[in-house]
Amino acid sequence: MDPTQRRAYWRRNLRLMAVLLTIWALVSFGAGIIFVDALNNFSIFSVPLGFWFAQQGSIVVFVLLIAVYVWRMDRLDKEFGITEYEQEVHHS
Amino acid sequence: MSDLQLWTLVFVAITFSLYIYIAYRSRVSTTSGFYVAGGGIPAPANGAAVAADWMSAASFISMAGIVAFSQNGYAGSVYLMGWTGGYVLLALLLAPYLRKFGKYTVPDFVGDRYSESARMVAVVCAIVVSFVYVAGQMSGVGVVFQRFLGVDTTVGVIIGMVIVFFYAVLGGMKGITWTQVAQYTVLIIAYLIPAVAISVQLTGIPVPQIGFGQILEELNGLQEDLGIAAYTEAFTQTNMLNMILITGALMFGTAGLPHVIVRFYTARSVRAARYSALWALFFISLLYTTAPAIGAFSKFNVIEQLNGTPVADAPSWFESWSSVGLITHTDTNGDGVINMGAADVTELAINNDIVVLATPEIAGLPAPIVGLVAAGGLAAALSTASGLLLVISSSVANDVYYKKINPRADEKRQLLVGRIAMAGAIVVAGYLGINPPGFVAQVVALAFGLAAASFFPILVLGIFWKKCTAKGATAGMAAGLATTLAYQLWTIDIYGNSDGIFGIQETGFGTIGMLINFAVTIVVSQFTEKPTPVMQQLVEDVRYPGKTELVAAHASGELAEEELHGETHHGEHEAR
Repeated sequence: MDPTQRRAYWRRNLRLMAVLLTIWALVSFGAGIIFVDALNNFSIFSVPLGFWFAQQGSIVVFVLLIAVYVWRMDRLDKEFGITEYEQEVHHS
Repeated sequence: MSDLQLWTLVFVAITFSLYIYIAYRSRVSTTSGFYVAGGGIPAPANGAAVAADWMSAASFISMAGIVAFSQNGYAGSVYLMGWTGGYVLLALLLAPYLRKFGKYTVPDFVGDRYSESARMVAVVCAIVVSFVYVAGQMSGVGVVFQRFLGVDTTVGVIIGMVIVFFYAVLGGMKGITWTQVAQYTVLIIAYLIPAVAISVQLTGIPVPQIGFGQILEELNGLQEDLGIAAYTEAFTQTNMLNMILITGALMFGTAGLPHVIVRFYTARSVRAARYSALWALFFISLLYTTAPAIGAFSKFNVIEQLNGTPVADAPSWFESWSSVGLITHTDTNGDGVINMGAADVTELAINNDIVVLATPEIAGLPAPIVGLVAAGGLAAALSTASGLLLVISSSVANDVYYKKINPRADEKRQLLVGRIAMAGAIVVAGYLGINPPGFVAQVVALAFGLAAASFFPILVLGIFWKKCTAKGATAGMAAGLATTLAYQLWTIDIYGNSDGIFGIQETGFGTIGMLINFAVTIVVSQFTEKPTPVMQQLVEDVRYPGKTELVAAHASGELAEEELHGETHHGEHEAR
């Protein structure tokens, strides 16, 4: 990769991270804690929604966030022609 | 010997033989095999190992109980969100980059990226945090042996020590990783079977996470009748600020714990490190979404079956768990009836551990399943203990002995020192497990705050900010650690018992300490000597997957100290 490509790769990586971490904060600190009382007026699987986010939903979303990250990074790597993953086992 | 003890013995014997067989098959003879399993573990296996490493005796035995019984119900969400949310940070901010960096330990990264004094601070933090943790695991092993097999706690701990000794000393990280894969399988089966059975029994739905919803309304009603706040009501005892801070401390602490981070070094590649994080959180989420359901089912059963029941008519599990002191009934009004209510009037005290351990009995499940739960508890405790012991051993052998005392030591000698350090650590851990210091339980919760305040900021800045300096990181780490430790000592019950500032609980202060660390590191970095051009280039290279000459040269130790840290950095290295 030349320097321009590197900058582009890194910027796309950072943008993806920013989006995912915003969702991360919104489901846990947001839905699970700050807005819990308001959300408890609704329910999902007969559980008050805020409470559900705090004990179930946030965890499910966390798994999905990492899944999206892994998937998008794979695509990004492919786009920038990074393929030599398996040869890079090196440890001192 | 009762039926139950017989089945427990059968399951324990089968699982232990399995662990020893795996260890024998994966014995190692190189330092890279010993520390990071040669960096060759496939992602799903690595994920299962991370999950087993992460889920301790406390996760398996106590967490459902803490969530359901320690407060009204909602407040326990801090543990559920905190101990899973940290993995998002690990996956996005740390795992791929640390894997690319290609070293053995967290102190290794800190030492290479910053300076030797920072390395030593990191070594001390890693060892202290790990010992605090491992003591709890060893006593967990003793407790399971005692309750299910009736053997003495000391004998139980010694059996655990011998097993861990065998596969950790022989197989190092490789033995530990493959054993942990087996241990994860055992523990998740042992956790899910009773959960599904009890969910079917109470709600007719075989998925505990869905059955959970069917029980909550009734549970809310039961609790309100007893004068306790509804199970789902927020902020009844822990206020919003503390909920946020404690959740944060657990999340950032998770992302800074050395025994979790080191697992991503065992992945095959950067891409495998990303997938490892995904698999790990998926495996963890199976237990963590089930735990609140088990807690709610169990609380429902306990209230339903016990409240207002004369002691003479109580179900048999009440008797059997009372006899080991996990349920205490104090008949305050002397009417011979179990009366439950708010904390100040209830006659019933329930140990958090009972929720998982007694679930099969409360639900009336057969003896083999009870035996399986015992084997699951042991798997959880042993897998976490072995991961922690490896961190201690690699910190001593790699970061202290090889990097500081004898840099000329050959591979064989390093491996020997690693094994001796491991054996020594097992003995100390066993001693702490038999004679646990009274404050261990509290200190474990505090360890997360300390990890959040010391490691997390400097790891993240070390990767994402090329101009973060050694002096900045050292100052930030010291400031975060010192303020958090001081606040914890000042407010924790056994030492100070103060209300603190703005009522912030000691377990939540780690989040504040982390912010202090970030601020100090950034400010001091502005005014101190910038990292060398080679170092800045190295940090830049770590950001991209794929092979880069500089990273490869660094990982194989070909870069000179002066190139990395500048000429005037350390007198003692000029001799090399």
